[in-house]
Amino acid sequence: MANNNGNHTSTSLRLKTGLAEMLKGGVIMDVMDVDQAIIAEKAGAVAVMALERVPAMIRAQGGVARMSHPGMIKAIQKAVSIPVMAKVRIGHFVEAQVLETLSVDFIDESEVLTPADELHHIDKHAFKTPFVCGAKDLGEALRRIAEGAALIRTKGEPGTGDVIHAVRHMRQITSEIKALTVLSDQELYAAAKNLRAPYELVVSVARTGKLPVPNFSAGGIATPADAALMMQLGAETVFVGSGIFMKEGNIRLEVGLAPNGQPLAPEERAEAESRATAIVRAATHFDDPAIVAEASEDCLGAMKGLAVGTIEVADMMQNRGW
Amino acid sequence: MIPSTPTIGVLALQGAFEVHARRLASLGANTALIRTPEQLAPLDALVLPGGESTTFLWHLERSGFYDILNAFVRTKPVFGTCAGCILLAKEVSNPAQKSFGVLDISVERNAYGRQNDSAILTSETILPGGPLEMVFIRAPRISRIGPGVESLANRETTGGIAASPVLIRQGNLLAATFHPELSEDTRVHQLFLDIVRSAT
Repeated sequence: MANNNGNHTSTSLRLKTGLAEMLKGGVIMDVMDVDQAIIAEKAGAVAVMALERVPAMIRAQGGVARMSHPGMIKAIQKAVSIPVMAKVRIGHFVEAQVLETLSVDFIDESEVLTPADELHHIDKHAFKTPFVCGAKDLGEALRRIAEGAALIRTKGEPGTGDVIHAVRHMRQITSEIKALTVLSDQELYAAAKNLRAPYELVVSVARTGKLPVPNFSAGGIATPADAALMMQLGAETVFVGSGIFMKEGNIRLEVGLAPNGQPLAPEERAEAESRATAIVRAATHFDDPAIVAEASEDCLGAMKGLAVGTIEVADMMQNRGW
Repeated sequence: MIPSTPTIGVLALQGAFEVHARRLASLGANTALIRTPEQLAPLDALVLPGGESTTFLWHLERSGFYDILNAFVRTKPVFGTCAGCILLAKEVSNPAQKSFGVLDISVERNAYGRQNDSAILTSETILPGGPLEMVFIRAPRISRIGPGVESLANRETTGGIAASPVLIRQGNLLAATFHPELSEDTRVHQLFLDIVRSAT
């Protein structure tokens, strides 16, 4: 826990993790236009992530994925009262400066976009706006926290609708934390070396048994049961990307892009709303199987998805980030 | 008659419920996380935490929770912080939304701006023990308080936005637009416990 000495860094970090605290027990949804942002807010989302293409579309279309257009972010900020997040490429601190200027509420330095730096992540202490970063293991989480991340999300494999790597990364971090708590003081130096993480943060995790910032989950969560699974495994909130606005059965490249301002077709909208509300319900009542069952029943279809086992390692988004 | 160790629920549909529960437990209360209307029955008091008020309302308007909670806030001590304060208010703006209306105040949501405008301020209050640290996160602003409402602390004029009450009490209802659960100082939660213990 941050101390209370009032210096700039500690004050700033407490405000950043304070907002993350307010987002706990909820669902953060990827949205690609104003219409989807409104659907997300009405369905009970705690925040929206404004991006031009959800991960499943980026995966299918290829090309360089970058920060969203400022006009689109501003339109979404105007349309909803909940926090608005947006993504920047790993290491692209100028995209982050732009998003800070736009007053987004959280910046996601994300492996979903094409990385801009193959060595350095953004120095996140330099920003007033809080950052969330992905992690596959404890060392990666602590390196991001050392750089100033106020929130960690396990990476999973974005855009697949396959929860297996979200589970793997959450279990990995949890078991590495547990392992630290039984080490003696003299063993923590070697642990820090092996984790490639700052010693002080390793000591903090060993003493408290948890990360010094909240820990959410992302990457492949597509159904109410997936959301409840990640919450039971220790996620404090879930990010749902492609799972809500991708229609059952196929990946439709044009959905939601709405270059001509066309809203979703009524049937498509009803299905997306049902998925959004069902996942919100399951995330809150994650430990009540009867409610998760009801939510699953109310949910109209899920994205067909892409089994992670069939993706070449070189094509995995989770391996971006160092 | 409230037993000497009261049971205080924290609405846990979403938001900063854990830190409130931890703080109340550290001050000697029994605590319970509340996610369904049936769980309200054994409670002596309730905390409505910070979070997203739109998300709270979405959950509450399912399965009759809203009406049961509406009755609860009219009979038992309740402490609302940030989103919780918004839910208790008589009038909500920016945008207008449904609320229990039990606390005679008007509240403007996100009145100071977005997360970049969040701030930690220190100010005098009528609580004994010196200035109080106040953590404001995407904070609402209380623009009006009714005659039966007592202001316990104010936020000074900031960024051209006029001074306004930030900690208020109306009978057994306590509300803050800041987050006492995010500070080390326990005085605000202690005040609520005192209210709960003296409630008849």
